[in-house]
This record gives sequence, C-alpha cells and structure tokens, in this order.
Amino acid sequence: MPRLAVTRREFMRISAALGGGLLIGIQLDNRARADAADAATAAAADGMFTPNVWLTITPDDVVSIRVASSEMGQGVMTALPMLIAEELDADWDTVRAEFAPINPAYANPIFGRQQTGGSTAIRGYWRTLREAGAVGREVLLTAAAQTWGVAVESCHAERGQVSHGNSGRSLRYGALARRAAGLPVPESVFLKEPSQFTLLGRAMPRLDIPAKVDGSAGFGSDVKLPGLLTATVARCPVFGGSVGKVNDKRARSVAGVRKVVVISSGIAVVADHFWAARQGREALEIDWNPGPAARLDSATITARLAERADSGTVGRNDGDAERALASANRRLEAVYEVPYLAHACMEPMNCTADVRTDSCDIWVPTQAQTSVHQTAMRLTGLPADKVRVHTTYLGGGFGRRGEQDFVIDAIETSRAVGAPVKVLWTREDDIQHDFYRPATYNRLAAALDKQGMPVAWRHRIAGPSISQRDATARETSGSDFSATEGALNLPYAIPNILVSYARVNSAVPVGYWRSVASSQNAFITECFLDEVAAAGGKDPYALRRALLGEQARLRAVLELAAAKADWGSPAAAGRFRGIAVAESFRSYVAQVAEVSIAGGQPRVHRVVCAIDCGMTVNPDTIAAQMESAIVFGLTAALKGEISIADGRVVQSNFHDYPLLGFDECPDIEVYIVPSEADPGGVGEPGTPPIAPAVANAVFAATGNPVRRLPIRL
Amino acid sequence: MIRLLVNDQEHELTADPAMPLLWVLRDLLGLTGTKYGCGISLCGACTVLADGEPVRSCTTPLSKVSGKKITTIEGLPKDRSHPVQQAWIEEQVPQCGYCQSGQILSAVALLARKPRPSDADVDQAMSGVLCRCGTYPRIRRAIRRAASIAEKDA
Ligand code: FES
Ligand code: FES
Repeated sequence: MPRLAVTRREFMRISAALGGGLLIGIQLDNRARADAADAATAAAADGMFTPNVWLTITPDDVVSIRVASSEMGQGVMTALPMLIAEELDADWDTVRAEFAPINPAYANPIFGRQQTGGSTAIRGYWRTLREAGAVGREVLLTAAAQTWGVAVESCHAERGQVSHGNSGRSLRYGALARRAAGLPVPESVFLKEPSQFTLLGRAMPRLDIPAKVDGSAGFGSDVKLPGLLTATVARCPVFGGSVGKVNDKRARSVAGVRKVVVISSGIAVVADHFWAARQGREALEIDWNPGPAARLDSATITARLAERADSGTVGRNDGDAERALASANRRLEAVYEVPYLAHACMEPMNCTADVRTDSCDIWVPTQAQTSVHQTAMRLTGLPADKVRVHTTYLGGGFGRRGEQDFVIDAIETSRAVGAPVKVLWTREDDIQHDFYRPATYNRLAAALDKQGMPVAWRHRIAGPSISQRDATARETSGSDFSATEGALNLPYAIPNILVSYARVNSAVPVGYWRSVASSQNAFITECFLDEVAAAGGKDPYALRRALLGEQARLRAVLELAAAKADWGSPAAAGRFRGIAVAESFRSYVAQVAEVSIAGGQPRVHRVVCAIDCGMTVNPDTIAAQMESAIVFGLTAALKGEISIADGRVVQSNFHDYPLLGFDECPDIEVYIVPSEADPGGVGEPGTPPIAPAVANAVFAATGNPVRRLPIRL
Repeated sequence: MIRLLVNDQEHELTADPAMPLLWVLRDLLGLTGTKYGCGISLCGACTVLADGEPVRSCTTPLSKVSGKKITTIEGLPKDRSHPVQQAWIEEQVPQCGYCQSGQILSAVALLARKPRPSDADVDQAMSGVLCRCGTYPRIRRAIRRAASIAEKDA
C-alpha cells in the first residue's frame, strides 16, 4: 500500500486522554479555538492546544469515535466509525460511537459546515476519517515497537492488537494507548488499498440499533432536564400572517399551564407537560392578521407558473433545439406538473433550549449544527463558546431538520419564561408549517427523426427556488440546482437539448426534500422519455440503452436492473413494468417497477433496484437506504399532495396526507454494482427513479401517460 | 387518585382522568420510549399493550386503562432477549427508529395471539403502524424470524 502524506498534518494532534488513553484529533487554529464550545475535549487536552477529538482509545480497549453527521436513520453512526476503524485495524466489537459536539473542526469538508444533507457524509469525511484511523494505527505500531525494542516494520496491527512477527508477542491497543499518546504525529501514513479492506464493504450491524429496539434511543422530543417545561406554539395558519389580538385568559386557567408568551412565530403556551400546553393552546382566542397571502390558492399558483414557464433562463443549450423542433419530422409536447410535498418526518419538529444570561444550551434533532449555533448566537448575543449544541437522534430528517424555525421557537420561548423549555410541534403544525418540496410546472417538447429516435429535447421549468427562496427580486438562474438538478443533467445522447428555468416564488415556503429537484425532475424527464419511446415505436429499455452509450455507469445499472427484473420476458398476466434511471449525488440508480391496476388504483408489487454508488462502506445500509428511498418516493408517487386554499395548507394529518402503509409496500430487491470509484451518496439517490418507474408501468398498463403526481387514474 | 400498572410497576397519579395515556407515560412517568406521531390514532407510533392488546395511547384516556396491565417498550426485557427484539436486531430493521416502539409492540401482540401468523395476519396487525423510513420489508422478514425464534425457544 502506498504511503501518503497526512493532509493538513499541522492540524492533526495526538495526546493523552483522561485515564491514560490515546486521543487523536485535530488541533484547532486560533479562531476555531475561540469558537470551540467543546468542554469535554478542552478538559482532556493538556493545555497547550485544543484538539478536537475523532477517536479515543482507553486502557480498557474501548475505541470511542465521534460522529459529526446527524443520525437520522441513514446509518452514519455506523458508517463513519467504519472509516476510522478500517484504517485503525480496530476490533469492531470494541468500537463505540457518540455524537460530536458543535465545533468547526467537525465541519463536513463538502459544506465547510457541520451539516448533514445532500448525501454527503461518506463523500465528505472519506479521507479525513480514514487518515485519523491510519494515524492511530501508525502510532500504536510505533508504541509497540518501542516497547519491545524491535523495528516497526516487523510489527503488525490487526483487530485491535499489535503483534510481533518473529517473537509472537502481542499487545492490545488499550495497553499501548498511554505510550502512543506521547508520540508525534507521523509525516505520512499508509491508507489501505480497497483490496486490503476488512471492514469497508462488509455488512456490519448498525451501532444504533440496540437502543432502537428497547426504547432507550434519545430523540429530541425525549429530552429530560430538571425543571423542564413543555410548550406548543399557535401559528397563523396563513403564510406570512401575524398575531393580531389575543385573549389568553382561558388558556392560562388550564391546569398545568404556566405562561403564555408571544414569540416571533406565534403564541407559545408553556406548561408542565404537553397535554396541558395543547389544551391551553386550544383555549386561546386569537385574531390573526392574515396578511397579503390570504387569498392564495393552488390554482392561482399553477396559473402563474404556466404563465411564466416560457420565459425562463436557459441553463443548458446543446445544438439548436428550437430549430430542430421547428423542422421536426415528428414533434411531441406535454405539460408535466408536481405538487408541493411535506416532509412528514415521523418525529414532529421540536427543540429544547435553556437560555440563561451567560449561556445557552440547545438539545435538538438537527441536520445543521453550525446553523443552530449561529442562530443561537444571533438571538442571544452570546459568544460562540457560551452556546452549546447537543445533537440527539433524529426521528427522520429528509432535509426538514436543516431548517431553523423550531430552533428559534425554543430559544425565544426559553428566554421569555426564564426556564428550560421544550417546544414540541403537533403533527398538524408539522404538515401545515413545513418548507415544502416545490410544486413545479413543466413544458416538454421533443422532436423525433424518421427512425423514431429523439433529435431534440426541450424542457422549460417554472417553480419556486429553494436556494434563492428569500431573494424575490433577483434574476432567475438557469442553473439553479435546487430547481434544475435532474433536468439539466439529462444523460441521454440527444444532439439538441434546451433546458430553462423560470423562478416564480410564492408565499408558500419551500425547502430541501429528499433528493431535492431530482425528486420531481426524474419523474418528468423519465416519463416524457417513455412518451418519446412510445411515439417512436421503441421499447423503453432499448431506447434508454441506445441513448446511454457514453454513460457507462448509468448504462450498467440500467442493464442490471432490467436483467434482474426479466425485462426481456413478458410480465405475469395483469402486471406491467416500468423502468427509469437517475444519477444524483454522484450515484447511479435504475429501477424497474411491476404494477397492476385494480379498482382504478395502481398497486406496486415488486421493485428491482440497481445502484452504483462507487466503493461501498456498509452494503446492508445501502440496501436499507434504497428500500427507504423507494418507500418514501412511492408515497410521493401514489399519495402525496399538499394543496393551498385561502393562503393556508389544506392537509393537516395522516388522514389527508397519507403515507404508504405496510400492506402497500412492494417486494424490493437491491443489487449493488461492485465499483472502486470514489464513494457516491446513498441516502437520496434511490428516490428519484421510483415515481417514473411506477408511472411508466401505469402508462404501459393504460396507454395514457402519467403527467401529474400523485398518480390518479 | 388513579392507579396505573405499567411494566409491572404500580403508580398512583393525581392527573386529569381525560389525559391521554401517551402523555401520562411520557411526561408524568418519564417513559419516553412511547412516541407521539399524530395524536389522533392514525400512525401507531404511540402503541402500547393494555392487557396484551395493542392500543393507541394518544387517544386512550387515563381513566380507561386504570386497572389494566400496561406494557410499553421499556417493559420488554432489558437485555433485548424478546424474540421480536432479537429478530429486529438480526434483520437490522430500524432506521431513524422513531416508529419502532409501536412496530415492535404491535408485533409482540400479534405473535402472542398467533405464534405462526399468515401474511394476511401480519398485514392486518401491522398496517396501521406507519414508518416514514420505509422499514416495512424488514419488519415483514423480522416477524417471520421472531416467530421461528420463539418456536425454538418454546
Ligand atoms: S400518535 Fe397515536 S396513533 Fe399516532
Ligand atoms: S424507522 Fe423511521 S419512521 Fe420508522
């Protein structure tokens, strides 16, 4: 294996942990040190510097690894420790994972922030964490060699111990920790070749699962503190509205209600427990000022999008699509629409804050620790080191938990009442005050040549922008990823391609939702491609295969999924297949859905999924994330719709915003393409292809293309 | 004063008899393994067992369960040796984990009633418990596995 220089070695530090252990981390520069709010680490440091810990080995052989990404079900609490443990040659049975505190050193290199999203955890920490593990192995080997007075080269590390080849002597890592802690950081380390991996690529049991089968896993809503009060907030149902007159007399007389306070998002009822808070909230008499959005509804929003669809900014322009369309032998046009969608994390939004005059502690299921830290500093005026962010388990995230609204609720309420407060949203709050996956309106056009092959493709998108959601006056950008991802990167070899985007914001807040714009654009492009195939008399699989000549990885997953799903032979009587592919977050996914229609409803029986996500860390987690992303996408394909009337969200709970249920879940098969490419994302890429795979199967069954989600026959 | 028997422990409470069992468990007794998901009997996250039967604790007033034997997720063996817990670990079911107390207790009740459930039995018992993370395929496998673990143990 090659010896590689330790990147940013000047920041890497080794020191003694409490109790004579080895601690490996990163030294913070001065500014970072000033920002550091990591009391535990500071205590373990020797005073000369403030290392930020990645791993600690204690004399009892336990390897504690800090996980800087949030665990929201996607398995980072196991996958990230695997990166360290692999290079450390740790004994996996002795590895423990814990959540990292807030600290700039824990920033995901892709964002430069401590943040979880965009399927970036493995991609972002891939090198950093492996190096931290390799540094550990190196100093443990050196410590053993020194102990025995032998050459380092004659020592060998494996499964948590170093052994000496000739003498047969061996020492556990725990026994070497104290000596290793006194050694300098090596100039360079060995990083393993993939062929040398013993952990990466193996299905390892998840470290968080035991606590998730006995009720002990601590979610944000489970936080317990002495003197903790619970609050619920009444918000103006109309977007952009505000509190007018309030009569809280009845609310305050509810047993258990302590206080009623006005905060920026509405009226917080603070009580001894949630039940009292909720009853108090129901007893509030409030006159809302609905504001300018009072008459907004879905039809108005759609009409505005349709009006603007042709006036977008061009983001991709290959060849001359307009001319090719104008002179086309055969031309195809269609309008595709998708609705707003709520995230509907199983755990409603919540946050606990304890704001005091000289400190602020926040316990929160968040995907964005750095943002929480900044929010708290801004609201309290406290310096960085007085604000501590404690990450809990997240009961789902899907992008919703990167937002700050629930954090602001807790900080403002705690400050107003002078006590630690947990703000818990109701399910109705959660559905009606989300940052929604954008509703978009799309005009598609294609030109076909005499052989039925597409020669031009035009996709005009209109919808709100997530990345520029607050900047209503700025010019649209044709390459705004938050609206064009999945459309701009159309992978097919079509000579003339034009993609444009018109940004049309409304009062409805929009946000990042599992797989972002690919969630809708894969549906739109992959379904329109099936229309093109039908018009040209081509098989949907064969057409894709022909158009993916240059796209080896996408083509390989397409072929694999088709083969596993028996695309070449007819489906059982009454069953129909649909196929779709999508590249997102540096991973390549193809899915085949097998569908029947009964009682006017599509039923999905089987989904075959092939993924190439580069090198694999934990294959069982990859399979689980594909299953998860498919179920998540099926809810959107078959059920999900947030509609607007009178400036507010019509839906409120699972009766009118239903989720796919147990008995509706298809059999799901996942096949992983072996690869030595750099790792791609895993949490999101399984979602984009499922809606079009199902919709294309419905098209095959009925002969009518599906141009709108959710699918309604 | 209302008496409540939870996980074989007796409690005497001076709470409002109309208070839902969910909030009694979570906020008065500190048993936070039982989760709030919808509050109106739509998701099953709050499922606990009352005399072995699954009930939605979010809409079950305290007065209705006084005198019944309540089992929450914390009432399963601490060493996670219940066949359902073992199977859940072996099949690596949970993702975010938030719905899992409701899933596990629903499965416990099902297997107590039908040690060898048919697919239709499983559908019927589990369909009301929503999982946003999509752990359904693994739940189905885990229930089969739990049934065979229990059979071997018996
Ligand atoms: S919280 Fe009780 S069924 Fe959803
Ligand atoms: S495991 Fe997350 S909701 Fe079921």
